[in-house]
Amino acid sequence: MLNTNSIPLDKLIVEGIFPLVGGNFAKAGEASIHLKQKLTELGLNEDIVRRAAIVTFEAEMNVIIYAVAGWLHYYVTPRQIKIIVQDMGHGIENIELALQEGYSTAPPWVKEMGWGSGMGLPNMKRTSDEFKIDSVVGEGTTVEMIIYLNNVKAQNK
Amino acid sequence: MKLADLVKELSLEVKTCKDGLQRDVDSGYVSDLLSDVLANSAKDNIWITLQTHINIVAVASVKGLAGIIIVASRQPQEDTLKKAKVEKIPIMTTTKSAFEVAGKIYQLLK
Repeated sequence: MLNTNSIPLDKLIVEGIFPLVGGNFAKAGEASIHLKQKLTELGLNEDIVRRAAIVTFEAEMNVIIYAVAGWLHYYVTPRQIKIIVQDMGHGIENIELALQEGYSTAPPWVKEMGWGSGMGLPNMKRTSDEFKIDSVVGEGTTVEMIIYLNNVKAQNK
Repeated sequence: MKLADLVKELSLEVKTCKDGLQRDVDSGYVSDLLSDVLANSAKDNIWITLQTHINIVAVASVKGLAGIIIVASRQPQEDTLKKAKVEKIPIMTTTKSAFEVAGKIYQLLK
């Protein structure tokens, strides 16, 4: 278990990079499973691990569905887990619209798979403590999500 | 209730992880939208769906689901089965509809 009393709150404990390939549905969820394992090894609380896995999976799916390629970066400190997913894709024209529950630009075959239901970005926003999205049309999208670790959130609020 | 008991009560066909049926199932979730399952299912749920493709395995794995029941005589794809074996996710199939399966399991777990 992480002893958050003995380590400075911003000290990096674990970091990692996981590559993502657009269109590779067979590998979908692997970044999420990878991160879940890493966080479980750290002895983090089950709910924190679950939330990190959910937001990672959704971010991963967006790269697979919409982008050419991307990367997942994660940084764990005693304070928080930071997850950054960056892609080379066509970008999002209207971020406000994309964040609306149920709004999706996914093609029909993706919807048939049960993805592209317009729940991904709202799920990511709802499940993380901090959520930032930045997108440039024609270049790509970066999503940054932070999940506070137990009791650190209470101290900071 | 043990997954093995559900298999028996509903006459499910077990496709993967026959040795993983001693898991406890406390509740279930019915959905064909994977983001919905990611967001709203809970650990140890049995997942009832008509999706058959490989991504159902990763979703079940990440959420710690007890297993997946594929309904309405649909069959999981080969790569789905392969991945389910690796991730140790029990997949079962049935000729029954999602409505029937959910109804029966709801009664059994009540």
